[in-house]
Amino acid sequence: MKEVAVIGFGMTKFGELWNKSIKDIFVEASLGAIDNAGVDHIDSIYVGAMSSGIFVGQEHLGAVMSDYLGMNPVPSTRVESACASGGISFRQAYLDVASGNSEIVLAAGVEKMNDGADVTAALATAADQEYEVYNGVTFPGLYAMIANAHMHEYKTTRKQLAAVAVKNHSNGANNPNAQFRNIITVDQVLNSTLVADPLRLLDCSPVTDGGAAVILCSMDIAKKFTDTPVKVVVSTQASDTISLYERETFTTLKAVSKAAEKAYKQANLKPENVDLAELHDCFTISEIVVSEDLGFFEKGCGGPAVEEGKTSIEGGEIPINTSGGLKSKGHPVGATGIAQIIELYEQLTGQAGKRQVKNAHIGLAQNMGGSGASCTINILEAV
Amino acid sequence: MISPRYAREIPQRYRLEASKCKGCGKINFPPRLTCPACSSREFETVKLSDEGKILTYTIIRVSSDTFSRETPYAVAIIEVNDGARLMAMIADTNLNNVAIGKKVKLVFRKIQDEGVSGLHCYGYKAVVV
Repeated sequence: MKEVAVIGFGMTKFGELWNKSIKDIFVEASLGAIDNAGVDHIDSIYVGAMSSGIFVGQEHLGAVMSDYLGMNPVPSTRVESACASGGISFRQAYLDVASGNSEIVLAAGVEKMNDGADVTAALATAADQEYEVYNGVTFPGLYAMIANAHMHEYKTTRKQLAAVAVKNHSNGANNPNAQFRNIITVDQVLNSTLVADPLRLLDCSPVTDGGAAVILCSMDIAKKFTDTPVKVVVSTQASDTISLYERETFTTLKAVSKAAEKAYKQANLKPENVDLAELHDCFTISEIVVSEDLGFFEKGCGGPAVEEGKTSIEGGEIPINTSGGLKSKGHPVGATGIAQIIELYEQLTGQAGKRQVKNAHIGLAQNMGGSGASCTINILEAV
Repeated sequence: MISPRYAREIPQRYRLEASKCKGCGKINFPPRLTCPACSSREFETVKLSDEGKILTYTIIRVSSDTFSRETPYAVAIIEVNDGARLMAMIADTNLNNVAIGKKVKLVFRKIQDEGVSGLHCYGYKAVVV
């Protein structure tokens, strides 16, 4: 396997992009990445997208995007793994370069969620249609069940859940591409409208339009394009039952812990070696559960950790979601996994401005689909 | 959701039919072609117990369009007495009375109306006892 580097990135602002189509969003992010990396050609394209068929009635996105990028006949492949589509698109691009099949690859993700579809129904396609969704559950509902189980088992509190949203908005306030850059308080979270008990509106990531793209190439040519390539140390992926109800426990996401175990082993790293992490905080409870399953905190200690500031940028043991996370930055589902990689790239190359983590050397991105049935972990290192 | 698709699920939704693995004894609901626990491909059909308890739950306040006239309603993960698990809407129960550990009985109910013609679709719901 060849060593692989990330050499450039581009993204749109995340938010309600009424005047931009899914093609505009994808092309804007991708051209940004191509210009940023300074490459003169692309050998293959990966497009992460969850549900463009339901959101805008458009499938066959690989072909659509290579066409609108003006890059035909470059091979272009759409990757779908629900909310992990972006992260797994990055992983496929990584494998393409690592195998020696391609030299320079575009890994991008996109979602256009605000074009009138029943978003709750569209997102629910990531769960089991016949045995979960048929019986009325929603995505906030699935994570609410995880939250109730975690609160029951580990005495995690409502205020600890709120602390995740407060921290992530505080970080996102300094991210010019974030959808919501407002500071919020614990009281505001606790008084926001209930969506699925115990989760409230401000526990939930928003509905977002957005695109994100990065360029990968083999490490041996990376220095031709940039003085600050970022090495992809390891890329892993794991799966779990599609239905939440079939799991032995609802307070551990096994796809996350399995992908993490493999990643740490392959990279010869421990959780304490990681300087910052972008986690999949589609709901506040998921950041707490995942921070435990990645080994940053003991099981049951994720809630107290965020409340005590252990995951904040200033003085944190392990800064989590410095970008603002899905909560504040926004969650255009197919783009999210790539946007996480972009935050790590900016942090590891010292470009994160007011969000900059001091001495950031190793970053971890964790992106998952559904209620955790798919998960990919990518660890990046400054070189 | 289309009718042939609905019809295929009737044994599970109406009669709680599951498959018990002849290799390891695990009860799979719904039935599968290969056992996720031991990879055996031989099963016998069993009917799940209609009694169980709530392992976790939520109260849905914002639903998809299909259930928008039902909110607020509770959905729970139930472990039935033979050890299998399933997800079900809670029926005939004050929402304040839904909690982890509560005992439930599964009942046959209308779940949703299908498509523009409004074909009634049935299945199981859980009542807190």
